[in-house]
Amino acid sequence: MSGFFTAIVGAVSAFLGVIDPLCGPVGIFNLFLGKTLLACGDAGWGDEIAFGFLVTGTLAIATLPVGLVFGFFIALAKQSEEKSLRLAANVYTTLFRGLPELLTLFIVYYGLQILVQNFAAAVGYQGTVEINAFFAGMIALGVVFSAYCSEVLQSAFKAIPRGQYEAGYALGLHHGRTMQLIVLPQLVRIALPGLGNLWMALLKDTALVSVIGLPDILRQTSVAARVTKEAFEFYAVACLLFLVLAFLSSLVFSGIESWTKRSEAAR
Amino acid sequence: MSFVTALIAPQAPPPAPPKPFTAARFFGNVFLGVWLALSVGIFMMIVDGWDPAKFTKYGPSYLSGLGVTLTLVALSIVLGGLISLPLAFARMSKNPVLSWIAYAYVYFFRGTPLLMQLFLVYYGLGSFSAELKELDLWWFFRDAWNCALLTFTLNTAAYQAEILRGAIESVPRGQHEGAAALGLPKKVAFFKIILPQALIVALRPYGNEIILMIKGSAIVAIVTVFDLMGETRRAFSRTFDYQTYLWAALLYLVIVELLRNLWNWLENRLTRHLKR
Repeated sequence: MSGFFTAIVGAVSAFLGVIDPLCGPVGIFNLFLGKTLLACGDAGWGDEIAFGFLVTGTLAIATLPVGLVFGFFIALAKQSEEKSLRLAANVYTTLFRGLPELLTLFIVYYGLQILVQNFAAAVGYQGTVEINAFFAGMIALGVVFSAYCSEVLQSAFKAIPRGQYEAGYALGLHHGRTMQLIVLPQLVRIALPGLGNLWMALLKDTALVSVIGLPDILRQTSVAARVTKEAFEFYAVACLLFLVLAFLSSLVFSGIESWTKRSEAAR
Repeated sequence: MSFVTALIAPQAPPPAPPKPFTAARFFGNVFLGVWLALSVGIFMMIVDGWDPAKFTKYGPSYLSGLGVTLTLVALSIVLGGLISLPLAFARMSKNPVLSWIAYAYVYFFRGTPLLMQLFLVYYGLGSFSAELKELDLWWFFRDAWNCALLTFTLNTAAYQAEILRGAIESVPRGQHEGAAALGLPKKVAFFKIILPQALIVALRPYGNEIILMIKGSAIVAIVTVFDLMGETRRAFSRTFDYQTYLWAALLYLVIVELLRNLWNWLENRLTRHLKR
């Protein structure tokens, strides 16, 4: 059984290796920059930077659903009729929209370490606990993202008239079904531009996680710059890679936007 | 004929219907409890680890760090505002080369992380030290503070240019036509009619940009500028006391909240005439 899984993992990684846009057989670094410092393999820094590119993308994509789900529930809490729930949600957004992302990252990184250490000591484990940088970055960026996301979703909720809910109830749908069938599709359409901006901010904030040791684009290029003393070239390549990410996400977002508006196209 | 001889005695209001203990109320209480527990925990932590020696040693450096942060942000916002003017007009100009260059500038500075731009200027340009010495510019790029100021100015210029452009373009066409119909020259129409309306639209985004810059300026700590974050990191590396970060968080929160409320007041004040 385990041999089967190893075969699958091997096949998938071989396939990804073939279509790898940076370091694969038809990758940019291999085709055009094979003789330079950006060559793949041991000769250059191409594969290290390609790995950093992958880490940055993975971190942003892994953070997105966490932030979206939390943000949605916080937006719901903010317009609840229950005073205590509103207050708790407002404290959350004020806090995490007011703190610098870098400081949030440090507070989460060291705070989690202290919490887990104390917990482990209480259980009886004596030893140092190290929090994974990827995990800490995901939590910190997710928390910040959800705080902003709740604001975007809240204003989108306000843009949906009460009559839409009432129409849902009049049709005999209960609260959850109304939300799912009537409110959410409109909400996505209204909130999408705001969410696109937040995604771009998230993508850029991932560069901060390199400070606590995550091998993302920035860290990999910094290492390369320090070793080769060609700082300007490497940081320029890193900037270009970020621009590529920004361009790709703007393509994806315009695709999603036209998809959510597919029912309006006929009008 | 009958008439009322006695007034009905005042009655007590009907009892309020009992408040059901809903799920929302349960979660609200739970989350408020969590916040309360966290704040009590942090308070206990601060009281527990309170050390007057540390406070007298690092307190003044926090204040000087705060000064560095505020100076850096204020200078870069003002200088960036100056650069953003020609940039916004270039972006709106009919000359395709000019507008394309402005668009590329804005796309670059909005599409890459501020930290990356800072590294590009500080370390990247730093690797051309020989050429910079020849041009007699090395004294500027040698200092991390100058590099941070340059990067922030260029970065915020891109954002401010977009804010300005959006605001100017949000003024309806009829306003231009009205001014033209009154026979006002283009320049007068722009300064007396278009710009005042555009700046009201731009007020809120400008406030957000200042707040973003204050928060973003924390990254200069990574290139050895001792701003509020830098002083915090120095204090933490010497004491390994988690409190140092909490103090910085408190200071940042106070600044941002003060600025936010100031901006709300300013907006209310400046849009009095638009309220009905």
